[in-house]
Amino acid sequence: NRRGDLLLYREWGRAKRTEKQLAEDHKLMFGFLFSLKQLVQKMAPRGASGGFHACSTSTYKLNYFESASGFRFILCTDFKAGDMREVLRHIYADIFVEHLTKNPLWVAEEPISCNAFVRHLDSFLEGLVQQ
Amino acid sequence: RAALAPAQPVGVAKRGGWPARACEARGMPGAILSLYINNRSGGLIFHRDFHASAAKLDTNEHLRLASTFSSLALIMRQLSPIKGSSGMELLEADGFVLQSFDTLTGIKFFVTAEPDAKNLDAVLRDIYINYSDFVLKNPFYEMDMPIQKGGRFCQKLDKIAEEHQRMQDRRQ
Repeated sequence: NRRGDLLLYREWGRAKRTEKQLAEDHKLMFGFLFSLKQLVQKMAPRGASGGFHACSTSTYKLNYFESASGFRFILCTDFKAGDMREVLRHIYADIFVEHLTKNPLWVAEEPISCNAFVRHLDSFLEGLVQQ
Repeated sequence: RAALAPAQPVGVAKRGGWPARACEARGMPGAILSLYINNRSGGLIFHRDFHASAAKLDTNEHLRLASTFSSLALIMRQLSPIKGSSGMELLEADGFVLQSFDTLTGIKFFVTAEPDAKNLDAVLRDIYINYSDFVLKNPFYEMDMPIQKGGRFCQKLDKIAEEHQRMQDRRQ
């Protein structure tokens, strides 16, 4: 979310990490993205809208999407996965908004505990992996 | 011995305020915007803008951005879900792409370019080859120190940028 609190963390193909390492990772991730966003804004050529959507290393690709309301969606994929912008936009507009924003029981800024959201998300992403 | 005059690219117009360079024409797709070279500690030792629409920042800003990029590249390696990751090599934004090349000696070369630029790793490798020929083999150059502008290295960079632009146009 906007303040950098982690709302949801899912992993599908990653070596196990301990609890404490994960918490550190999440904080590091937020700081990293914050600085990266500033860097991109500064370095953008004149007339460009700024904002980045992906960065990669030799082993993985980090896809990023930020909604107008300040929610940040980060998806780490294999770098052969292609352009994930549409995927992230779909996760936001069709899964997140449907299950959470329109859900009267959901408290914004709190960690996500809606099972339907997680199930829907899992099946959507697994479906993509199959292709 | 004939005097060596710097090569003048044919047909280049001099626009007011911006020095004449072969690749300055506006609206060329896939153009390289700027080049940064960082030394082993992440400090900026060389910077050059190749296109009029590259971000206009003062020297201190460039220094800061370059060092920030070095650190972010390292952080990305730490955040990697897979072991044995390198640092950040490619950054895709809406208005530009940034591609980085790390040498085995710890020097970082990175270029920003327009989003449809291709073959940036070939460009980076060319720049590296010219760096080792014209900067490292210069007996007056000290390692990790800022590179002087206006020498043969810069001329070679002009040529590389020109060549890249020609390849981009040929693809169109």
